[in-house]
Amino acid sequence: MPVTVEIPKEQWTGTIREVTLGATADDGGTRSRTVTVGGQTTLPFLHFEGETPNQPIIGIEIQDSYPADWSPVLLEAWGDVVNDPAAWAKKAEELGADVIMLKLRGTDGDGNPTTSQQAAASIKTVLGATGLPVVVRGPGQAEADNELLVAVAEAAAGEKLALGLCEDKNYRTIVAAALAHGHLVMASSPIDVNLAKQLNILISDMRLPLDRVLMDPTTGALGYGLEYTFSVMERLRIAALTGDGMTQQPMICFVGEESWRQKESRAAEGVPKEWGAIEKRGITWEIVTATALLESGADIVVLRHPKTIDVVRETINSLMAH
Amino acid sequence: MAMSGLQIYKLLPKTNCKDCGFPTCLAFAMKLAAKQVELDACPHVSDEAKEALSAASAPPIRLIKIGSGDHEFQVGNETVMFRHEKTFYNQPGLALRVKDTEDADAIAAKVAEVSNYCVERVGIDMTFNSIAIENASGEAGTFASAVGAVRGKTSLPFVLISDNADALKAALEKEGGHKSLVYAATTDNWETMADVAKAAGASLVVRSNDGLDELAELTGKIKDKGVENLVLDPGSRDLAGSLAQVTQLRRLALKKNFRALGYPIITFPGEVADSEEQEIVAATQYIAKYAGIIVLDHFDPAVAYPLLTLRLNIYTDPQKPISVDPGIYEFNNPTADSPLLTTTNFSLTYFSVAGELDGSGLPAWLLICEAEGMSVLTAWAAGKFDAETIAKAVKTFGAGDKLSHQKITLPGHVAVLSGELEEELPGWEIQVGPREAVDIPAYLKTWK
Repeated sequence: MPVTVEIPKEQWTGTIREVTLGATADDGGTRSRTVTVGGQTTLPFLHFEGETPNQPIIGIEIQDSYPADWSPVLLEAWGDVVNDPAAWAKKAEELGADVIMLKLRGTDGDGNPTTSQQAAASIKTVLGATGLPVVVRGPGQAEADNELLVAVAEAAAGEKLALGLCEDKNYRTIVAAALAHGHLVMASSPIDVNLAKQLNILISDMRLPLDRVLMDPTTGALGYGLEYTFSVMERLRIAALTGDGMTQQPMICFVGEESWRQKESRAAEGVPKEWGAIEKRGITWEIVTATALLESGADIVVLRHPKTIDVVRETINSLMAH
Repeated sequence: MAMSGLQIYKLLPKTNCKDCGFPTCLAFAMKLAAKQVELDACPHVSDEAKEALSAASAPPIRLIKIGSGDHEFQVGNETVMFRHEKTFYNQPGLALRVKDTEDADAIAAKVAEVSNYCVERVGIDMTFNSIAIENASGEAGTFASAVGAVRGKTSLPFVLISDNADALKAALEKEGGHKSLVYAATTDNWETMADVAKAAGASLVVRSNDGLDELAELTGKIKDKGVENLVLDPGSRDLAGSLAQVTQLRRLALKKNFRALGYPIITFPGEVADSEEQEIVAATQYIAKYAGIIVLDHFDPAVAYPLLTLRLNIYTDPQKPISVDPGIYEFNNPTADSPLLTTTNFSLTYFSVAGELDGSGLPAWLLICEAEGMSVLTAWAAGKFDAETIAKAVKTFGAGDKLSHQKITLPGHVAVLSGELEEELPGWEIQVGPREAVDIPAYLKTWK
């Protein structure tokens, strides 16, 4: 007897907010193009149920000075460009980045703390080298972030950079800088739905429009808390689609940084033989982390290895095909 | 339709005999309503009650057991769409596929590598579960001898892949009674395939290339022939299409209680992809989203380890985070002069701190205290991470014996414990470290 299966569809009422990074000359910046994320009306890639008007995008991480602490696998893959942020940004653009993420290391090549003048010079160098939208991250300590990101915001006024980390400790300073100079912020909270929502409320209370806010739910790499990030992102996305306006921000995940920090992507020797060869293991660690987080709602994945960038590009195209 | 615990209770013997393993009939009824146990656990239930209950009490996704002895694994019986709603229970079985057209020595080498592969993470041994053998030759004799040869190398269960019922029948005779899975019944061959599976007592995959309507029709017919241990292959071989299908199947089973599609799902990442990397991507998607069995076409430890780690992560119970064992952990070959840090046994806390210690490249000892799996601030607030706990851990694990100094570094968030800890640990210098793990490398560089 023929059977007719009725495909179950959720009646979502909410929409993820659209956020545009970068500003072209028409819009007061110097970018050759802008990029927009968000706008979904369903869970990741469920095209039978809703719209995904903007596909997730790839950020490529570069740093303001030589990344001495990077895995040898990464240093080998990138070669000489890691000594020159301008060359590095150009190379990242060639490899197919949608946005460039400039990470300020906090100390310069000589081990001295990065000054605000150096940070301002770095962002100008990168903006001069690439026409892509740029995301800037400070060293990750609230005080240093405040000092350097304010300088960056001033130096790149009108470019619609995304600035971070913007956390509960320093959001006032970062949001004020974004408001004053026409940028976006990346609101970071420690793997927690309520804290993420609360920070969005605080930022919104300062009158920064929510279409200038990305959420960083804090990325746990594979084997290092990935499941917490995965579930918090699913919960945030479900809350957003159910209509909670303070969780509807697109999400950015620092996949490369977290994946390549772990022993599994750094250690070639002194590890069990069951771990396999270091290069393939490290790249797979990043591919698996990126894929799992795309499936749970990432709108921007920031990557490090050129091979991963290719694989994730193909993955996003496959997931968007329908 | 699903029945409530109280409705079910009315049909039970109400003797509270405990033979089901639960203290009362009501407790058992509640578990039945939550679809966490099978009615068979009650030996005294009447036939009428059984009939009334079996429809309502069966798990929405049937539990399928594959393999025998130590190599048995079970899939299905899932109750939620998202792991945060409860947990995912039964990890998908991972299999490697070989083909009967491959050189016998090459097959033997692959099978030995996969069968012997075992990698440890957070104290848990992770392994592959199965070998898939495909009748690529189309010859029944070739298939049976390949299956016999592989059986000589491993006691893992098989996924036996052929569209030839006679070949499967012959292969099942060589399979050795390890409860393998037969692939696959389709609209063309379902009757003979059902007979073969039934005769061998094997579970059977049902495949449709024409969508869920045909799939549901097929499972109904096969069930009527007496084969109930079914696994679904809904047909899609592209990432987006198969994500849609597995999501729809899970929703139909859980939200609509749609019995005809309430079975675990088998997937083939290598058929989604034209590169090994895309096979990894597809396998990642299937581990995260709803697969019961995942048949891979490549095996490399550098890929197996990350995929097994992902499976462990996704199937961790979110309500009971894995806590790490209390004790002293070593990073970068510490000596008696290296610093000693301490924190709680919450797994995420441990992994954050361990990641930074490891990544710093500097030698250190880390004392993990028993704090009921809570993070630093939560445990401190709950009185589970106090001076007494830390002092006890220092003594229990003989921290002093490993060191030439008597210094211990507290997490910055609990600097307030310094005074009390000095009293608990006379002669020790109590140091205060950073509040966040990310600042540990900088702290270690200046540690004295």
